[in-house]
Amino acid sequence: MKNKLLPIFITSIFIIVFIFFYRGLQNTNIYIPEIKINNKIPSFKGNLFDSNEVTNSSNLFNTDKFYLLNIWSSWCVPCRKEHVLLMNLRKNKKLEVIGINYKDTKINAENFLAELGNPYKKIIFDKEGINAIEWGAYGVPESFLIKDGIIIKRYIGPLNKKLTKEIKSIIK
Amino acid sequence: MKTLKLFFIIYFIFSFNHLKASNDNMKSKITKNLRCLVCQGQSVYDSDSEFAISMKVLVDKKLEEGFSEIQIYDFFKERYGEWILYDPELNKNTYILWILPMLIFLIGGAIIFKNFNFKK
Repeated sequence: MKNKLLPIFITSIFIIVFIFFYRGLQNTNIYIPEIKINNKIPSFKGNLFDSNEVTNSSNLFNTDKFYLLNIWSSWCVPCRKEHVLLMNLRKNKKLEVIGINYKDTKINAENFLAELGNPYKKIIFDKEGINAIEWGAYGVPESFLIKDGIIIKRYIGPLNKKLTKEIKSIIK
Repeated sequence: MKTLKLFFIIYFIFSFNHLKASNDNMKSKITKNLRCLVCQGQSVYDSDSEFAISMKVLVDKKLEEGFSEIQIYDFFKERYGEWILYDPELNKNTYILWILPMLIFLIGGAIIFKNFNFKK
């Protein structure tokens, strides 16, 4: 009896292990961090783009308006496409767009804004990419919708018409 | 008196060097335990991607601000999840990972021990 059970036991273990690894093969190996919303905005210090003054995050999001924090760069191709939509969102009086200029040079960023317009109320110049990490970002573009110091939505990648519609419906 | 002054100056220079060296050691220890999100499979220490370079700068800054190793790990974990660490902590998601090798070792040991005794 004992001898009969052993092969069955070993075979079933092999089958379980096989299924386990086979299913693992189907999964993607690329890790995407979980999108955490309803978290407080991180507190950080950054340099303002225009004046180079050091500002605190609490000074940037201090009204009861909605805020859209957008991480962008002049070298980022999807940011160009997204920029038209940001210019459009800027017209909304209930929303303020704040920018984090990620790993860019001032001249390139200024040229970018001169060419496509400036939708940002304030811009943080994040030369080393540190501020973006404080926000848990890992690429450009990325956007965060904020209300009362809470991140209510996070968009990884460029915004599109569907997403801007969603933003507009939230801030209505 | 002059030699004493000189001695103190040299001592201070060396003590600062030591501080810098220990910070550098800590920095490489921490960045070796952090995964790069952009070039997955590499540690932040090994990677030269823009993201990894920023992480290294931030680790340096946090160490200068007096953050401990654990505080720095917590900072990154809060933003990117447990995955960012190569060395996972023991919690409800990882306990199998930690306990399984011990169980296998114990069960394997018991089987060997039993067979050994049996043959005797």
